[in-house]
Amino acid sequence: MLESYLSIFINAVFIENIALSVFLGMCTFIAISKKIDAAIGLGIAVIVIIGITVPLNNLIYTYILKEGALAWLGYPEVSLEFVGLISYIGVIAATVQILEMFLDRYVPVLYNALGIFLPLITVNCAILGASLFMVEKSLAFGESVVYGLGAGVGWALAIVMLAGIREKLKYSDIPDGLQGLGITFITVGLMCFGFMSFGGISI
Amino acid sequence: MAKTSEVLLSPIFKDNPIALQVLGICSALAVTSKLYPTLIMCVALTATITLSNFFISLIRNIVPSNIRIIVQMTIISSLVIIVDQLLKAYDYETSKTLSVFVGLIITNCIVMGRAEAYAMQNGPYMSMVDGFGNGLGYSIILIIVGSIRELIGSGQLLGVQILPLVSEGGWYVSNNFFLLPPSSFLIIGLFIWFLRSWKTEQVEPAEFKMSKNAPKEIKIDHA
Repeated sequence: MLESYLSIFINAVFIENIALSVFLGMCTFIAISKKIDAAIGLGIAVIVIIGITVPLNNLIYTYILKEGALAWLGYPEVSLEFVGLISYIGVIAATVQILEMFLDRYVPVLYNALGIFLPLITVNCAILGASLFMVEKSLAFGESVVYGLGAGVGWALAIVMLAGIREKLKYSDIPDGLQGLGITFITVGLMCFGFMSFGGISI
Repeated sequence: MAKTSEVLLSPIFKDNPIALQVLGICSALAVTSKLYPTLIMCVALTATITLSNFFISLIRNIVPSNIRIIVQMTIISSLVIIVDQLLKAYDYETSKTLSVFVGLIITNCIVMGRAEAYAMQNGPYMSMVDGFGNGLGYSIILIIVGSIRELIGSGQLLGVQILPLVSEGGWYVSNNFFLLPPSSFLIIGLFIWFLRSWKTEQVEPAEFKMSKNAPKEIKIDHA
């Protein structure tokens, strides 16, 4: 039991790293990775939101949307899977909004640290992507909690690493046209090749 | 008329959503290993962004600004659900290949970004043109990346063998490197380099410049 949770976690962090193996959340990944501090802040925000929304969406999928899930209401043949996308994004947007208000009211220190990153997260495809992968892999509730956390940790790890590389990189003499965005793309490409080497691990 | 063509054409090279605005990169990387799914993805995105810009622009004056994000999201996700269902109904194989990436058009920053930056301020017609132009700007990069990857990676274009492979008696040794997803990062990086060498005003200033006071040549005194 514990072993299978651990393997889901390791799998989500390293082998199927949501940033470097399935390329999700790339817009923020490249835009907010200039400074390590900002990258850590955003990374933590993503872990929290992904860790909450994936299990929530799992509940919604299992008890409302899945074919036959409405049997408890007396509609065993109804399948609401086609409204999946809109419900997941709704859950994500609402969670972000609630968390923002909650932090603002009760944990102002954290709110000030994460403040500007929270609204960005609604449109981070890593969050929606994790929920969609959760449905595609048909995980149970417990597994979805672990998967959500693992995906968040993997994304945070990747953005902090990229920020570390970019902080060093700004002292390098890069050709003019490649400056900034171009060299970042190539760096991320090389990081992806590095992470592909985890693909051979079987657990 | 001049303004229409300006709005339509400027996102293609001058203000490209991927190469300059850094939006919507995720799908540019993951779906481009073959040209056919790439084309489907381009059509899906262009249709979504054109229509979403149109509808968002229609209601821009009656939506309170503090809930506008969620309203935009709702419109975009409804459109994406329609695209997704159509694709599943008429081209199931491709929809399997694209897996979650059709759904991820919702969070594709190009769609959200144009809704927020253009459709909220401009009329429905111009917003549609803007959406279509940005869709084209996105498509052109995807098509370039997709063609390069399929041609070099497997010697094919749209599934037709262009370069005869060695394994089938031809002369071309396929380069599997280009079939691996990370290669698209390198292709886009090089494309940006090419684009910015051509349109130099897009070059980002370096944060630190190498100082010029390093000795040009070292004179060795043999005396």
